[in-house]
Amino acid sequence: MNATRVRDALIAGARGLALALLGFAGSVTLFVLSVLSIAFITLGVGVFTTPLVLRLVRAHANHRRLLAAQWSGVRVPVPYRPLPPDPRTGVTGQVERTVHLLKDPATWRDLRWLLTDMTAGGVVAVLAPGLIAEGILGLLLLGGLWKPIGGYWYAFIPVYSWLGAFFAALLGCAWLILATYVNPLLVRTHFKIAAVSLAPTRKAELAQRIDRLTETRTDAVDSSAAELRRIERDLHDGAQARLVAMGMDLGTIEALIEKDPAKARQLLAQARQSSAEALTELRDLVRGIHPPVLAERGVGDAVRALVLRLPVRTDVEVELPGRLEAPVESAAYFAVSEVLTNAVKHAGADRIWVDLHYRDGMLRIAVTDNGGGGARIGAGSGLTGVERRLGTFDGVLAVSSPAGGPTMVTMEIPCAFC
Amino acid sequence: MRVLLAEDLFLLRDGLVRMLEAYDFEVVAAVETGPELTRAFAELEPDVAVCDVRLPPSHTDEGLQCALAARRARPGLPVLVLSQHVEQLYARELLADGSGGVGYLLKDRVFDAEQFIDAVRRVAAGGTAMDPQVIQQLLSRRATDPPLGGLTPREREVLELMAQGRSNAAIAGQLFVTERAIAKHTSNIFAKLDLPVSDDDNRRVLAVLAYLDQGR
Repeated sequence: MNATRVRDALIAGARGLALALLGFAGSVTLFVLSVLSIAFITLGVGVFTTPLVLRLVRAHANHRRLLAAQWSGVRVPVPYRPLPPDPRTGVTGQVERTVHLLKDPATWRDLRWLLTDMTAGGVVAVLAPGLIAEGILGLLLLGGLWKPIGGYWYAFIPVYSWLGAFFAALLGCAWLILATYVNPLLVRTHFKIAAVSLAPTRKAELAQRIDRLTETRTDAVDSSAAELRRIERDLHDGAQARLVAMGMDLGTIEALIEKDPAKARQLLAQARQSSAEALTELRDLVRGIHPPVLAERGVGDAVRALVLRLPVRTDVEVELPGRLEAPVESAAYFAVSEVLTNAVKHAGADRIWVDLHYRDGMLRIAVTDNGGGGARIGAGSGLTGVERRLGTFDGVLAVSSPAGGPTMVTMEIPCAFC
Repeated sequence: MRVLLAEDLFLLRDGLVRMLEAYDFEVVAAVETGPELTRAFAELEPDVAVCDVRLPPSHTDEGLQCALAARRARPGLPVLVLSQHVEQLYARELLADGSGGVGYLLKDRVFDAEQFIDAVRRVAAGGTAMDPQVIQQLLSRRATDPPLGGLTPREREVLELMAQGRSNAAIAGQLFVTERAIAKHTSNIFAKLDLPVSDDDNRRVLAVLAYLDQGR
């Protein structure tokens, strides 16, 4: 217990020292560079240096975000606006990038953070190693160090004699004991200060949320419109056409039934055939819109029924305490369906595992295959569509697919039970 | 023979009642919801039940659940389940108790009255009636697996019909060959698949279905 306390204090001391160095050296340098670079925009040179410098600033800030999470478990959100999707090259591109960066409020928050980091942040961080160093100095004074130094104020204690040195050592011990209590706290405080300066404001957070919602809404509207078009076309070319043919056959039968019963019988068979085909087409269409098993049994059994149609051996593990909201069930089903199709078509897998479970308000789905790997989001892969579809529900998708496999696609959708 | 019918669509229910009565079945009740079906199963003790998978009030798989519950209460109670779509998952659940007297068909199959009535009679007699689509799903997934891949096209055809629950006589009639020829094909198939030969038609069908569904 005590040993871990001492160890934690020492580690925190070392971390505080590192943070202070990063603050005093790194942040000061970057701040000066940024200010100069932005000032030089008026001269033209700044246009070329600013994106570079600001990229360094962001890297510096992100490094601190990472340390905050790793060392003290403090989460600092990343507020940067995404760069425009297709940046232009050449001078225009540079100007655009600079303007974009300067328009992003996060850039200015970064610069403000550099200022706090080189002052308050650095001071708080340096206190941790400082306490340890000061404590050790007190002990060294009692060890006889006061003599060569000769006359010294240790904090508020004049050290001119062994008595003074003795009190200095006492105080040093107090510093060291204090360090074991407050050192980790000091490092944490440093990160809290950084979090306050770096985190987006409520307004920025809302703006980001609105951007995200606008994007996913557009996706949702687009995909539902495309879906409706597909259904319309399928009905028009399929079932509807068959029913027209059937009606025509029936009309002809009516006319023929007395004149030519043999011909009428033949047409009746044809009409029955048309109705059977129309039904088959409608069934396939329904399966594509909302699979009947999904409506009847929910997403767990729907996925079980789905894998029974796959040519690859697939194990399904489901752990859901009840039926989920219908839209989520549907999105999850089609997401799994698409990922499975990908695995069968492209991965060359001969074994697939699907795992669905619900925890902490999230439906978590993992689809793993033992195929060749190399799957990724983007580049017209089906996974991009899945990601979009899940985005409407604030769901996320992650792919881990090293070359040579295995591929693991994980999805998370926040949802509730109905 | 006393039939219990459960179907929520009026037109189809009405048509089924008329068709069954035309073939000399006695329809003891034609119900339209799950709770009614459960009650009818308990009170009327039908010889065979024909029911839709999806029934009110929940419009989920109430009909199937009622049928499965009734069969748990009375093992072997003949049940023919109808649906707008067929799922291997449901077929497997119906066949799970291994006691036969089970049918699972697409609603489209009622277009052909002769065949449909034949299926009802087969199920009522303790046999099996599986929809061709279910069998095709089972077969297509394992088409190339040995030893299924080693069957001749004719043998595959016979296997498919056999898995649907047809008797040798019926298969012979459909393929326009003699019953003896079919018997020869079936013994070949059983030898190739390494299945125990059985004279009991029903046990034979269940063995084939279990074979096709295994390993999944």
